[in-house]
Amino acid sequence: MKSLLPGAERPVVQFENVGMRYGLGPEVLSDVSFRIAPRSFQFLTGPSGAGKTTLLRLILLSVRPTRGLVSIFGEEVSGISAKALTGLRRRMGVVFQDFRLLDHLTTYENVALPLRVQGRSEASYRAEVVELLRWVGLGERMHALPPLLSGGEKQRAAIARALIARPDLLLADEPTGNVDPGLGRRLLRLFLELNKLGTSVIIATHDFGIMDAVDARRMVLGEGRLRIEE
Amino acid sequence: MSAPATTRAQAESPSGPADPSLPTNLRRNAALVPTDTAAGRSLAAVIAILTFLAGLCAGAAEIVATNAGQWQGDVAQEVTIQVRPGPGRDVDADVSRAETIAKSEPGIAEARVFSKAEAERLLEPWLGSGLDLSDLPVPRLIALKLADNRSADLKRLRTRLTEALPGVASLDDHALWLQRLSTAANAFVGIGVGMVVLVLVATGLAVTFATRGAMAGNREVVEVLHFVGADDDYIARAFQRRFFGLGLRGGAIGAGLAILAFAIAGLLARAARSGPAGQEVEALFGAVQVGLRGYASVILIGVIASVVTGVVSRITVRRFLS
Repeated sequence: MKSLLPGAERPVVQFENVGMRYGLGPEVLSDVSFRIAPRSFQFLTGPSGAGKTTLLRLILLSVRPTRGLVSIFGEEVSGISAKALTGLRRRMGVVFQDFRLLDHLTTYENVALPLRVQGRSEASYRAEVVELLRWVGLGERMHALPPLLSGGEKQRAAIARALIARPDLLLADEPTGNVDPGLGRRLLRLFLELNKLGTSVIIATHDFGIMDAVDARRMVLGEGRLRIEE
Repeated sequence: MSAPATTRAQAESPSGPADPSLPTNLRRNAALVPTDTAAGRSLAAVIAILTFLAGLCAGAAEIVATNAGQWQGDVAQEVTIQVRPGPGRDVDADVSRAETIAKSEPGIAEARVFSKAEAERLLEPWLGSGLDLSDLPVPRLIALKLADNRSADLKRLRTRLTEALPGVASLDDHALWLQRLSTAANAFVGIGVGMVVLVLVATGLAVTFATRGAMAGNREVVEVLHFVGADDDYIARAFQRRFFGLGLRGGAIGAGLAILAFAIAGLLARAARSGPAGQEVEALFGAVQVGLRGYASVILIGVIASVVTGVVSRITVRRFLS
C-alpha cells in the first residue's frame, strides 16, 4: 500500500550489509547497503573491476550474496522459490554489456522474447514490437540475425528487448558503450522517458558525458565499497 | 509520441488489429533452441540406426512367432497311431483294428493308413534305397487328422488302443515336439523383445548424453531465457520440443528403412519361392513375410523412440536446471 510519507514507499531494491565473494577469493563487495526507490533514476559507476557487474547480477538474482540481505520488490530473496524468482525477473529488464542476443533468432524475435516467454500469442504483441524496433531505428533490420548487426544495432536491439515488457526496474550495463554520442543521448532520453512512466532505472556506466547530462543519484563503487552521491 | 507510452497503450488492447505495414514475410516464431545443428543431425542419425535395428529385431521375432504358430497349428491337427509288428501277430489285422477304433472316435476327421511300402519309404532317408526291408519289423502308421472343432478325446482313444492292442499300438500326439517348438519360438520372440527393449534403453541413454551436451552448448540461450522471464518448465518444454522433433525424424527414418528392408526381403523371398530350392527353404523355415502386425510394431517402435527421446530430454533438462 502506498504510504503518504515521501520516501517511505517499499523500495524496489534493498541491500543491507551485503558481502559477496566468488569461491574462496577476496570479497568483491563489502558491506554494501542501499535502497532503490520506486520511479528513481540512478547511475552506478566506478573503475573497471570495482564490482558493478556483480552488483547487477545480485539484483538480477543470478548470484546470491555471501552475506547480508537482498530484497527485490519487497521480497527477501534467500530461499526464494523458482516460481517467485521467475515472477521477479519478469518485472525487470536488463541490457547486458555483451548484449546476449540469441544468434539464431532474428532481431524481431529477440526483442519479442520477453513477451513470448510469458505465453502471449505472436499476434498480440507484433505491432508493439515492430513499433519499438522502428523507434530505436531498427525498423529495417528486424529480419536480420544478430551476427549481421553492427555493435550499435545490437545494443539498440538489446535495449529494445529490455524495454518491451515495460519493466518496473531496468538494469543497463554500459548501454551507451558501443554507440556514437548522438545515439547515446537519444538512448539516454529513452531511459529517462521510461523512468517518467514509472520504471526505476539503474545504469552502470563509465561515461561521464552521459552522467553529467542528467542530474541523478550516483552510486560509486570503489574497492568493493559503495558510496552514494546524491 | 514516446515508444513506451505507445506500447503501454497498446497493451490495453493486445489483440488489436496488426499494423498493415508489417512485413508479411517476417519470421516470427523460430524454435527457441537451435535445431539444425551438427549434434542434432548426429542424434537423429543415431536414433534412426537404433530404431532400424529394433525394427529388424521386432520384425524377425514376428516372422518366427507367425511361422511357429502355423507349424504348431498344422502339427497339432494331426496325431499318429503306431502299430508295431510282434511275433505271431497279423500286422494288417492290427492296423485295421486300430483304424476302426480311431474312426469310431468322435472328432477324428480323417484316418489315413500308411501301407507297408509307404512305411518302408519313410525309412529310406536313413537306410538308403534298394534294401529289402521285408524281414525287418517296420512299424506301420495311421495318420489321423483331427476335426477343426477339437472335440477329439485323445486320452480316451489312447486308452482304447492300449486296451485293444496292448503293447502293439500307441498314440503319438507330438506333444513333446510341440512343446520344444513352442519353447524355441518363445525364446526367440523373448530375445527379440529383449533386444527391442535394450535398443530403446540405448536410445534413452544416447538422448541423455545428447541433451546434456545441448544444454552445455546452449548455456547462454538458457541463461538469456531465464533473464527474460522464462521459467524452468518453459525452457524444458522448448528443449523437449526440439528433441521430440529430432526423435520423430530419426524414428521415422529408422522405421521407414526397417519397413523397406522387410518389403524387399518379402519380394526377394517371393521371387526365390518359384524355384524348387525356395520351396524347400520355405517348407523348412516358413515364409519370410512380415504381416500387418509386424509393420505396426515397427511403426510403434519408431513412435516409442520419439516419445522416449522427448520424455528423457525433458527429465534431463529439469535435472540440469534444478
